[in-house]
Amino acid sequence: MATAAPPQPTTRPTYADVTRDVFATLGNPTKTWYILFGFVLSVLAVGVIALLYQVRMGLGVAGYTPPVMWGAYIATFVFWVGIAHSGTLISAILYLFRSAWRTSVYRTAEAMTVFAVLTAGLFPLIHVGRIWYAYWLFPYPNQRMLWVNFKSPLVFDVFAVSTYLTVSTLFLIVGLIPDIAAIREKATGWRKKLYTITALGWRGTDQQWRHYTRAYLYMAALATPLVLSVHSVVSWDFAVSIVPGWHATIFAPYFVAGAIYSGVAMVITLIVPLRKAFKMERYIRVEHFENLSKLLLLTGMIVAYAYVIEYFIAWYSGNPFERASFWNRAFGDYWWATWTMITCNMFLPFFLFFQKIRRSIPALFVLSLFVNLGMWFERFVIIVVSLSFEYEPYAMGHYTPSWVEFAILAGSFAWFFMWFLLFAKNFPTVSITEVKEIIPLPRKKDAHA
Amino acid sequence: MSGHPGGVLGAFRQIDAATDAVRELKEMGYEDFTVYSPVPNHEIELAVGHKVSPVRMWTLLGGLAGVTTGFWMSLWMSYDWPLVVGGKPIGSVIPYVVIAFELTVLFGAIATLAGVVFHSWRTAKPAAFDGRFTDDMIGIFVPCRPDRRNAVKSLMESSGAAEVRLEA
Repeated sequence: MATAAPPQPTTRPTYADVTRDVFATLGNPTKTWYILFGFVLSVLAVGVIALLYQVRMGLGVAGYTPPVMWGAYIATFVFWVGIAHSGTLISAILYLFRSAWRTSVYRTAEAMTVFAVLTAGLFPLIHVGRIWYAYWLFPYPNQRMLWVNFKSPLVFDVFAVSTYLTVSTLFLIVGLIPDIAAIREKATGWRKKLYTITALGWRGTDQQWRHYTRAYLYMAALATPLVLSVHSVVSWDFAVSIVPGWHATIFAPYFVAGAIYSGVAMVITLIVPLRKAFKMERYIRVEHFENLSKLLLLTGMIVAYAYVIEYFIAWYSGNPFERASFWNRAFGDYWWATWTMITCNMFLPFFLFFQKIRRSIPALFVLSLFVNLGMWFERFVIIVVSLSFEYEPYAMGHYTPSWVEFAILAGSFAWFFMWFLLFAKNFPTVSITEVKEIIPLPRKKDAHA
Repeated sequence: MSGHPGGVLGAFRQIDAATDAVRELKEMGYEDFTVYSPVPNHEIELAVGHKVSPVRMWTLLGGLAGVTTGFWMSLWMSYDWPLVVGGKPIGSVIPYVVIAFELTVLFGAIATLAGVVFHSWRTAKPAAFDGRFTDDMIGIFVPCRPDRRNAVKSLMESSGAAEVRLEA
């Protein structure tokens, strides 16, 4: 399982260094952490108040205007599901490829996945309005004697997203167990108790590793097709209907690439401050950022290709509705949203062709923020702009998100960062075990030398 | 630490020292020793010589249970209250593949985790432990009778153990 690490013998940490350095990131938070956490909680409070207001007053307080009955909530749902994807790419797919560089960044990415799906999962519930009936989404024996419609991608989505949340949470927990056991031995006070319980009796025996490594391999093998299926299913929510701008066979791969693209950007957004705050420069090196930015470049180019092909097919199909829809995207009411998306997602990643940019952490951080912004707008453009401009001119409309929707959108970021901040101070954000794995164990001849 | 049988606990820094000790212990006829390591390691795996973990059967059975449940649930529910949607057959197998696939992954993952928990519990042996084995040391605990402890101790020392102690 271990692959050779880049040769840097003088700076290579020992096993004890890894445990010590990662353990040092945990424990009592600093003042900055409390200030950040306080800020995040206040933004979350605004979001919760807006949600309660919507629950009290009804969906009318959202900006839905016929024919646009899917708005910012669904765009934000797709955005957060997308963010989740790169976590599984890094933790499962790159694991199967035995990619050594993933070890330092995968835990952060995997935690990000879980919290992003946790955030995404809220939006279908917020969007349906009557949250207390959300269980209607699941098939259960009921007095109406009705079952859900299994032919609908919306039902596929219920299964895909709940499976994704469960499996990625299990995957995160399984990966954490040996790490928690390592910090259990160093912790004191209530944390010692917490880690003793959550380590589930892990001691790293030959039998435990025997079962664990197999299980981890199979979970990675299960998570890999799962991650591809989840955003494909999300894309079918749109592609299966006959709305111009949605009805395209390219949607599944286009969405998956876009999801990984936005997710890698979010990983960079998270890791840059994390590395600085936790003094992890020894483990998360510039090479890691360069590799992440190559992933960003690759998926960015796929997304750029998909944008071009969408326009090409709209023209080449000869379908007047499709042509009108895409003309409206670029030059209609929402031209600003479309051009924001195209600039952030299609033009800016070209800078990544320069190695100087790929190795500059501040540049990557700024770029990742633009990609995050662009990817939210991509979903907004696909969903809102297509719906606002369908077939009949008399049924066209204009939608602007209301303050409630903006407050809930901001609250969703706060909810995500709240979980991440709590996680980062209590559990290792850099995998102790996997970072150790790429460092060779000492041999007798080293001792003699 | 109590609750484990008496024996010898060796702590190793070097991987080849630990694997040499494991091989020699096996030659001496010891089978029920426990090897601790902070990371999974192929050399230890080879020296100890376990068979492939049966966890894979759990994954397979979980996955099969998932795919069966997915198809059974969607088909049975469709026919239980037949409703034509979009002119499609009542039981449309192709869209149901998605449901079946998701449940394959879900059941497979849960069964895999259950398998690890079950087999780790089944194969757990009471043994002495030291916190450093999850940090940077490899440990070997050999349960044995008091009269054989010195032989095991000298075996571990000659293989290159950093520290060996007798556990009552």
